[in-house]
Amino acid sequence: MIDTKETVTPVIGLEIHVELATATKLFCRCRNRFGDPPNTNVCPICIGMPGVLPVMNRKAVEYSMKVALALGCQVAAFTKWDRKNYYYPDLPKNYQISQYDLPLSSNGYLEVPLADGSAKKVRILRAHLEEDAGKNVHDKPGFTGVDLNRVGVPLLEVVSEPDMNSVEEVMGYARAMQRLVRWLGASEANMQMGHMRFEPNINLHIARGGVTYKTPIVEVKNLNSFRALERTVEYEIARQYAQWEADPDGYSMGKLQKQNRGYDDATQQTVFQRAKEEAHDYRYFPEPDLHPVVVDDEWRDEVAATIGELPLARRARYMETYELSFKHADALTQDAPTGDLLDEAVKGGAEPKRCVNLLLGRAAALANERNCTIAQIGITAGGLAELTKMLSAGDVNATASGKILEKMIAADDSPRQIAQAQGLLVVRDAGQIEVWVDEAIAANPQAAQDARAGGKKQKRAFGFLMGQVMQKSKGAADPARVKQLLQQKLGP
Amino acid sequence: MPQIPTLTAVQLAEAIASGQTSALEATQAYLAAIEKLEPQIAAFNQVLADRAVQHAKNIDAKRQSHQHLPPLAGVPVAIKDNMCTSYGHTTCSSKMLANFRSPYTTTAVAKLEAAGAVVLGKTNLDEFAMGSSTENSAFAATHNPWDTDRVPGGSSGGSAAAVAARECAAALGSDTGGSIRQPAAMCGVVGLKPTYGRVSRYGLVAYGSSLDQIGPLARDVPDAALLTQVIAGHDARDSTSVPRPVPDYTAQLDEPIEGLRIGLPKEFYSEALDEQIDDAIHKAADAYKSAGAQIVEVTLPHSRIDTDEAGQLSSYAVACYYIVAMAEAASNLARYDGVHFGHRTDEPVGDIIELYSKTRSEGFGEEIKRRIMLGTFTLSSGYYDAYYNKALKVRRLIANDFTEAFKTCDVLLCPVAPTTAFKLGEKTDDPLTMYLADIYTISVNLAGVPSLSLPAALSKDNLPIGMQIVGPLFSESTLFRAGRMYEKVSNVARLTPALAAC
Ligand SMILES: [Zn+2]
Repeated sequence: MIDTKETVTPVIGLEIHVELATATKLFCRCRNRFGDPPNTNVCPICIGMPGVLPVMNRKAVEYSMKVALALGCQVAAFTKWDRKNYYYPDLPKNYQISQYDLPLSSNGYLEVPLADGSAKKVRILRAHLEEDAGKNVHDKPGFTGVDLNRVGVPLLEVVSEPDMNSVEEVMGYARAMQRLVRWLGASEANMQMGHMRFEPNINLHIARGGVTYKTPIVEVKNLNSFRALERTVEYEIARQYAQWEADPDGYSMGKLQKQNRGYDDATQQTVFQRAKEEAHDYRYFPEPDLHPVVVDDEWRDEVAATIGELPLARRARYMETYELSFKHADALTQDAPTGDLLDEAVKGGAEPKRCVNLLLGRAAALANERNCTIAQIGITAGGLAELTKMLSAGDVNATASGKILEKMIAADDSPRQIAQAQGLLVVRDAGQIEVWVDEAIAANPQAAQDARAGGKKQKRAFGFLMGQVMQKSKGAADPARVKQLLQQKLGP
Repeated sequence: MPQIPTLTAVQLAEAIASGQTSALEATQAYLAAIEKLEPQIAAFNQVLADRAVQHAKNIDAKRQSHQHLPPLAGVPVAIKDNMCTSYGHTTCSSKMLANFRSPYTTTAVAKLEAAGAVVLGKTNLDEFAMGSSTENSAFAATHNPWDTDRVPGGSSGGSAAAVAARECAAALGSDTGGSIRQPAAMCGVVGLKPTYGRVSRYGLVAYGSSLDQIGPLARDVPDAALLTQVIAGHDARDSTSVPRPVPDYTAQLDEPIEGLRIGLPKEFYSEALDEQIDDAIHKAADAYKSAGAQIVEVTLPHSRIDTDEAGQLSSYAVACYYIVAMAEAASNLARYDGVHFGHRTDEPVGDIIELYSKTRSEGFGEEIKRRIMLGTFTLSSGYYDAYYNKALKVRRLIANDFTEAFKTCDVLLCPVAPTTAFKLGEKTDDPLTMYLADIYTISVNLAGVPSLSLPAALSKDNLPIGMQIVGPLFSESTLFRAGRMYEKVSNVARLTPALAAC
């Protein structure tokens, strides 16, 4: 009997290049900043003038160690620099200072949360530090410009094992890495600014009829958006399967070779670039201008001490101790300072759930408007705690709390001062509320009549009058008191 | 007051400080010497007369207003043209950089100027410091002041010839495999290759980065000591420079070292060595013995020189050196591609690869291309282990030999070059023979140790014979004192070629 069952398993590894958020470049003291006019953040060293020498930026090594340690990697006690030789106009020395056989760190893993609530461990082969290249600019026909602002920017290259088996896992891994490096302050990881770039390697293991076929590994270079990564992986899985299906035996006979492909944003497809056999020979050799880096226990521990709680651990803690949903806990652990704000406010006496509602409600909307994180909108933990406590005590209502939160950004005043100044404190004075209730009944006789009459119109009319009273009080009347008074006056 | 060019740098600095002469007079005297001798010597690529005169005037003004004068105030010096200066050109004697102006100045040159030295100009070299005769210059071959039919050695031949011909009081050179010591020997002057890391390399156009050091070429040992004093020290811009205090090299210089143990490496005194040179160095050893030194035989097994049946010399050290130096050179010289600076082809090009290849074919001389190709080959995938990796292992063995040798002696006394200065054109067609001109000097660079080259004697045909005193890492003080001991008893210190006699 012929076994017709077929399984297709994508096997995917990912290299992620992360530009580190150091103030200056890796081997000179030029500013590391995106978006400046071309060739303004340059000096003789980074543009490779004759006679210059590199001097290592210790901060870049520390950021790298921080990421490596957070990935559970072993940080090498002895690591060195190597020259990777190749000619390209955006690489002025025509060699890149990188790390070849003794990388800064190796053997870690990243836990990738999946939609079904489970997590996948993706192993990290190595993470090493190197200098970024510049950029060729094709903005005039017939000319290629070279912008060297980016040349020499520290770049952490994190290489995973081919442990991912689906588009979801790849995307989850890439996003988890983005969250982690941001969390650690090691990188802004802003895709628009090219802070993160992806290089997936993809093939399929296809089992059919008792035979396992492996399609040739395809490497795709330089993907600079999540969308491009997703499309590339989707496209390659489909393309490789179709190609295999057309000639399954070609694969088992090794007719096809490993290849490099490029992603075309316009067609959202990958195109053939070169076979692996034509690969560059980078002629690596130890960089004679730099000493090897010796990382002793003291230095490593010093860096490890700066890591703190990692995002997944914090998320679990929020679900456990604050009893938040996965969705809320996840939203609050996209970056470290937002969670820090929450934790501080809770420490200051805020009731966690109410505080979270404030953060994920009005604060999140404000952050969204400003295109920043919640922590970056500019509220203090003390203010947040006070506002939450006012909510819990019923001193302000939910609507007012949003308005107060917004004012807290601009003013130094406390939430209570703002509430008083804006007349947003809940009015519990029965006399004042009664005046508003009487006015509302007098001004809306038809509604009053419907409410008194009972029947199908009653509920709506009652709600309408409630609204009228609240409007008169500019939202400050205690709704429970209003309801009580209306019921007294309109009741049977 | 004797004629200015007959004074050493130390003497001249004293004469200026005491008002016997001025910085301007000194500078003008040397500019006149340059004008007179350059047609025969061709030591300079560029003379920066106006700038030198202005600098000299500034120093004189300082002296007149009784300001403190730094140790080399008013002393005219020359700089090898592979050290970047923010003034004039920095050509490396290559067509590739013929019009290149650096935006910054080499640390060692800046230190020299801060110490009051007046830079007269930039001296000729073998293109990118690759060569042993200063014939591999894209501009001109430099001639030896002792016999203008002969080479001055190289690659710091311009600096050595300029010092010997009294076209400057002292000069800076660079030494990757003997490029200070060998021309010093051939021109009869004193040259020091400092310990690797003793002098900042920042601004020195790289050839073999793990071997290159800047050092002085001078009339005598006290001048060399003073210049080293000025240029040595840690530089935050060079990670390989060593943060270690610089001792006072000029103190105790005239005190002989008691009980000095001098090692003669037996491998160096073989049939490969010219008999006159062998003889001269052994006589020098005798002189040391008379001064109370102890002479011991030592061994540097991995620096051994073999001679095959055809008389062809070979040595592990030479093989190791050329693999390491050429690999580094191939990478260091990759930046000269016509894109960012330097020569760019005028020919029409179809693509970037053609721009690279035409630019580099036109801009580099034959010897550069040869070394780039060899260096590229030895680093290539599949050959790395057989060549580069093995060379690194040999390098460690060579360094260990020195460590061992220094257990039984304080310094080594060695030849510098296998022959005295050879004739122009004599070896240009035979690169391998040219490479063997470094056979006694390259081990020192591979081991990173310092070495002082100084005149030992004059040959029968009136050519200088040099010798080198090699010491352990950071033993420059010992080398200067040991060199000074010989200088005091020999009849060849501060010898002047006839052509330069005032
Ligand atoms: Zn820079």
